[in-house]
Amino acid sequence: MSTAVIDTEALPHVHYLNVKYGWKSWLFTTDHKRIAWLYLVAITFFFFVGGLAATLMRLNLIEPQGALVEPSTYNKLFTLHGLIMIFFFLAPSIPAVLGNFLIPLMIGARDLAFPRLNLLSWYIFMLGGVVFLYSTISGGVDTGWTFYTPLSTTYANSSVMSAAMGVFISGFSSILTGLNFIVTIHKMRAPGLTWFRLPLFLWSIYATSIIFILAMPVIAITMVLLMLERFLHVGIFDPALGGDPILFQHLFWFFGHPEVYVLVLPAMGVVSELIATFSRKRIFGYSFVAFSSVAIAFLSFLVWGHHMFVSGQSIYAGLIFSAFSFMVAIPSAIKVFNWTATLYKGSISYDTPMLYALGFIALFTMGGLTGLFLASIAIDVHVHDTYFLVAHFHFIMVGGAVMGYLGGIHYWWPKMTGRMYPEGWARLAALLVFSGFILTFGPQFILGYWGMPRRYAVYPPEFQALNVMSSAGASILAVGYVIPLIYLIWSARYGSIAGPNPWGAKGLEWTTASPPPTENFEVVPIVTEEAYAYGAEKSQHA
Amino acid sequence: MSPESSINFSQASGWATQWQHLFYFLMGIFVFFSVLIFGLIFFFAIKYRRRSKDEIPTQIEGNLALEITWTVIPAGLCVVLFVWASGLFFRNSRPPTASTEIFVIGQQWMWKVQHPEGVQEIDELHVPMGVPIKLTMTSQDVIHDFGVPAFRIKKDVLPGQYTTEWFTATETGRFHLFCDQYCGTGHSAMIGWVIVMKPMDYASWLSGSIAGKSMAGVGAELYERYGCNTCHSTGKGPPFVGLYGSTVRLTGGQTVIADDVYLRKCILNPASQRVAGYAPVMPTFQGQLGEEQILQLTAYIKSLAKPESGDKMVGKQ
Repeated sequence: MSTAVIDTEALPHVHYLNVKYGWKSWLFTTDHKRIAWLYLVAITFFFFVGGLAATLMRLNLIEPQGALVEPSTYNKLFTLHGLIMIFFFLAPSIPAVLGNFLIPLMIGARDLAFPRLNLLSWYIFMLGGVVFLYSTISGGVDTGWTFYTPLSTTYANSSVMSAAMGVFISGFSSILTGLNFIVTIHKMRAPGLTWFRLPLFLWSIYATSIIFILAMPVIAITMVLLMLERFLHVGIFDPALGGDPILFQHLFWFFGHPEVYVLVLPAMGVVSELIATFSRKRIFGYSFVAFSSVAIAFLSFLVWGHHMFVSGQSIYAGLIFSAFSFMVAIPSAIKVFNWTATLYKGSISYDTPMLYALGFIALFTMGGLTGLFLASIAIDVHVHDTYFLVAHFHFIMVGGAVMGYLGGIHYWWPKMTGRMYPEGWARLAALLVFSGFILTFGPQFILGYWGMPRRYAVYPPEFQALNVMSSAGASILAVGYVIPLIYLIWSARYGSIAGPNPWGAKGLEWTTASPPPTENFEVVPIVTEEAYAYGAEKSQHA
Repeated sequence: MSPESSINFSQASGWATQWQHLFYFLMGIFVFFSVLIFGLIFFFAIKYRRRSKDEIPTQIEGNLALEITWTVIPAGLCVVLFVWASGLFFRNSRPPTASTEIFVIGQQWMWKVQHPEGVQEIDELHVPMGVPIKLTMTSQDVIHDFGVPAFRIKKDVLPGQYTTEWFTATETGRFHLFCDQYCGTGHSAMIGWVIVMKPMDYASWLSGSIAGKSMAGVGAELYERYGCNTCHSTGKGPPFVGLYGSTVRLTGGQTVIADDVYLRKCILNPASQRVAGYAPVMPTFQGQLGEEQILQLTAYIKSLAKPESGDKMVGKQ
């Protein structure tokens, strides 16, 4: 690793990282920037646990008869992978790490509206995580992340109770975080920072926060009902006890589909920032991109039944859910077109965050277009619950959300640490992630088209070739994820000094020191211009 | 190559062919927009690459005409897709009345198939080519899903209720049958074969496989063995002759059609389905009769239906 350029600049004398030392200064902090670090460490741990589960799954699928583990273990692995990645990595990833760190910096505030509530959210998240990990250590859970009844309530012979309890607890963390963000964005914007001057990242986070506080209570209720039936045999979902298993699916997906947008909306916000900065242009059609976030959040609550097209729900319900599912494609398409148009006549650099942003647009486009197949109710009848679906949602959640998260981490890393990461290694990792991703999940579309069901520990031999390709891709992807872990840790100490605004970016967060002082700004900034006011030279924020 | 080791992804049902046309149309949309977006990104990223460190490009606010264009065109395509896909789905959602009915019971982790003639199969389903087949399905435990990729069909199999799916096979051969809804430890072992035969071959297979009685015949035995006859043949309970398909008046005053679903409820939860004018003396058979036996009893009651029973009313005024 080369650090050829010796910076004459130095880090600020006092900043939020060195203002206090010792474990108490971290575990009892109410500084949103330090809480962001608490989340970052926690979700990075969860990401690699979930990734390890995925690695073992892909290894197992190299052989049709299972190369590594028994089906009962395989079932626990994909359940662990799904639950960890959804609830303990993706949901908190961009909101709780980047959102926490950036919202006050982007709106010119000293902290979030409720700093102590913010710390409480992290403790609740950790409690949920510990309870969930207990379920893994005490034998694991094998219901799939969807907890379908009556399998989960009556038949599964694994640690369902503690897993459901972990999910139940962690939901409250998201609710409190969402509440905190909404109040902060409403009440604490700097003078002059009107809604239509907000960075698009904040519109996305705002839309996400609304979903948090509306959808998370539903999963909490659903988990309580599930535990009541499993533990006390109250007949809610199991027909043998007088319940209705389809009711569970309605409740679960009423939460579950908005949850998908919780994962991808923040990434869309990050990508808007990255495209603007690395094209040095304001986002084409700002208000269309902003309102499409709100439209996606709204429509996300009306499409849950498309998870149930083959469940035996009414034909007419299926048709209505299909119509709404097509509708949600429109605001997503608007975003993609506007990002692409922003590149037109821009000044485009190929810094690592931009590579992730361009990768995001490409992969999200493919993920979105394959969503049209699934929204087409007749097509879904065949590809439902096959690897086609698995590939589709990984394009959205990994190709979309994780790429956005990594792009964001690289982009704001200099702000968080005051230091640059090694650009060469970072570009290499970005290319590995992109190509590894395509090789992992591309073949899964074909597997699903041929009918290979998801969640199969063993499979008919004719599916082997594509499964081997997918596993090979996963190994490249894994390397692409480990490299940043190493160089980012290294750069936090040894990276070159970044300075307040290494990218020449617009936005209040770049007007303060890197790393920022605890109070964020020396004086309250006054905003006199739109977001992304490139070309408006000499415009000042303070 | 044996069918077990090569991809057999033929379009082996009438529905599969129609499905395939819509799929190709979607592939066209997928390829067109992927190439468009990928192409534009590459083109712009190279053409407008940063040439000097301090370069500030001309700012563009947006363009209303473009925004409308790229909203209306995808919206129009979505309308076309919705109408096409939903129409296809809707037209095929109900089986033709002339379908041959076969019964499927899912159970951790096997498929049990019952032909009305009495043949039972495990993890295999033999059907004649060219004849609409209606599967009436239920589960003994958790949710399963009966999917046949070559036919492009799939439907969840639920405990506590009946779901149906249908197909007309257009090709003979052996086709994969998968459980597509995760159902526990042995989920990936819950697979089998659908064997499509020429009608003549099917007829001889069927007659060669019958070991015992027809479903209705077994049902008649159950009728005696579980003492149903002590009430339903004596006038203490509603008689079964002409019951199936008739309109039944319940004690609450509402009326229901006596179909498979109604009869299943009567057997498992009689208190909820009391027929007007009869004392509530019937015990529940929940836990005593499995789903197969309920289907056999239903087949027996069905065999007692009168062809003209459609307008008959059961239940005393």
